Amino acid sequence: MNETPTGTDAMIVATGLRKTYDDFTAVDGIDFTVTRGESFGLLGPNGAGKSTTMRMIACTSQRTGGTLEILGRDTDHHGPWIRAHLGVVPQQDNLDRELTVTENLYIYGRYFGLGKKFINAKVEELLEFAQLTEKRDAKVDSLSGGMKRRLTIARALINEPEILMLDEPTTGLDPQARHILWDRLFRLKEMGVTLIITTHYMDEAEQLCDRLVVMDKGKFMAEGTPAGLIQQHCSREVIEVRFGSERNAEVADQIRDLAVRLEILPDRILMYTDDGERDLARMVERGLHPITSLVRRSSLEDVFLRLTGRSLVD
Amino acid sequence: MTVVSEQSRTWQGALKVVDSQRAIRFGWWYVAEYRLRNLMKWISAVIAFGIGNPVLYLASIGFGVGSLVNHHGNGLGPDGVPYLTFLAPALLATAAIQSTFEEVTFPTMHGLKWENVYYAMTATAVTPNQIATGVMVVAFLRGLFTTIIYWVVLAIAGAFHSPTALLAIPAGMIAGVSFAAVMLALTLRFIDSQNFLASIGRFVITPLFMFSGTFFPLSAIPIWLRWIGWISPLWHATDLGRVLMYGRAVPGWLVATHAIYLVVLGAVAFIIAQRQITKKMTK
Repeated sequence: MNETPTGTDAMIVATGLRKTYDDFTAVDGIDFTVTRGESFGLLGPNGAGKSTTMRMIACTSQRTGGTLEILGRDTDHHGPWIRAHLGVVPQQDNLDRELTVTENLYIYGRYFGLGKKFINAKVEELLEFAQLTEKRDAKVDSLSGGMKRRLTIARALINEPEILMLDEPTTGLDPQARHILWDRLFRLKEMGVTLIITTHYMDEAEQLCDRLVVMDKGKFMAEGTPAGLIQQHCSREVIEVRFGSERNAEVADQIRDLAVRLEILPDRILMYTDDGERDLARMVERGLHPITSLVRRSSLEDVFLRLTGRSLVD
Repeated sequence: MTVVSEQSRTWQGALKVVDSQRAIRFGWWYVAEYRLRNLMKWISAVIAFGIGNPVLYLASIGFGVGSLVNHHGNGLGPDGVPYLTFLAPALLATAAIQSTFEEVTFPTMHGLKWENVYYAMTATAVTPNQIATGVMVVAFLRGLFTTIIYWVVLAIAGAFHSPTALLAIPAGMIAGVSFAAVMLALTLRFIDSQNFLASIGRFVITPLFMFSGTFFPLSAIPIWLRWIGWISPLWHATDLGRVLMYGRAVPGWLVATHAIYLVVLGAVAFIIAQRQITKKMTK
């Protein structure tokens, strides 16, 4: 099964990977290894360098520096060979709207040099997998956003890829469609397909990724399992209290000692603590009665915002 | 390895499923296959256009203008042959150019701008260079198809008087392929400009058609307009077609120039097109 010359199960090995355009550095020296069957997530705000990293892995963008090996081969010299073994789900669907669902799958299989017989059998399997059997002869134009997305994923599986790359797989989908997609992706993961996922949905990362990195300005800010990252960069719980936008700042000084860390936002105060209920009770004992209060577990989103900041990056 | 679930019994992985050597070698053909499949959806339009176009030109220029010209020259047109015979190689080359032009420009816009389908191709073993090659292969096939239909219509109309008339097809096709390579390079270069396709039609195709010795020998127009013919693949192909078809008296060096010009123009343009598409698709 394993044909990587190093004898390990390393599917992707990057060291000091860099990509610069004229005067802009998109990826600024990142190191990572992805092993077989792993589900690896790249998180980061827009412009963090996620898509550029994905393009370099998919061998459609040449690196400026560092090394990048996929399935044991250098991406600069073995692009077509590497791509023949990958599945790519781009950020924006690029299905052929003039062809039907089945034709889209068929023609894509041909790009890998697959035979008619193999493709036809595979198409049936994938139609079922993507829950598109009833739409098999429909033109792509008539499909909903979720269906198109599932078709794009099915298409990327036609060659039974060793690594499936998903660039923001569920952006723009409604909750039902997202959950169906997650279920499909989870099945692939169970089958041992290595997944590389970029997303800015934290729940998606928590659902799908064994390990993830938070990327910002072309660099890795943190790396670990979803739970590990929360533990490492955040307290166990968060109390969100609102005293009204005028009073928040004034109250903050009186409760600073209760929290491990305090974040004052225009509309609310976030208190990072280890025991939310206890500290909320202490606050009330001091005669401070917030308009609304909420105690919750820390999430990946807290980690993400802490590491990449709250300002808008568009 | 993780536990393999029920549905995945057949999953073997790409390293086993894909014959990477074959995928890498024949990528250009898979691109062509895709284009042909797309084209088949419009096949009736392609055929109708292929027949309708020559019939229109035959009726108006061939018979209408032809009767005037022939009347003037005691039944013969330029070069001492009937006007329709004189016109036929030009019409064939024009048909070749027109159809290959459509086959390189619109699919390329579709692939890189309107729908991004070329980007789906380069996510597989297919390379940008192979896309360019595949597009040219289909342009050639479509040009050949159209030219053959055109030739048959002209034959029925009585334009040909010797078996060498068949040679007008390859003469026209050299121009078709050569011009297609130029258009492919230009399309790739100006893909982001708004009115590229419309401008090409108005400012390149139409003047070429008018001033390439199509309806009259190039020597009939003032010298300061003849340069359009000299650079035009259409003139080179038309003149070559006339030599091959009915033995028009042209010096040997000029015949060689026609052939070399078309081949070199096409080859250089194709190399440029490959560079353009690779640059565009691998940022």
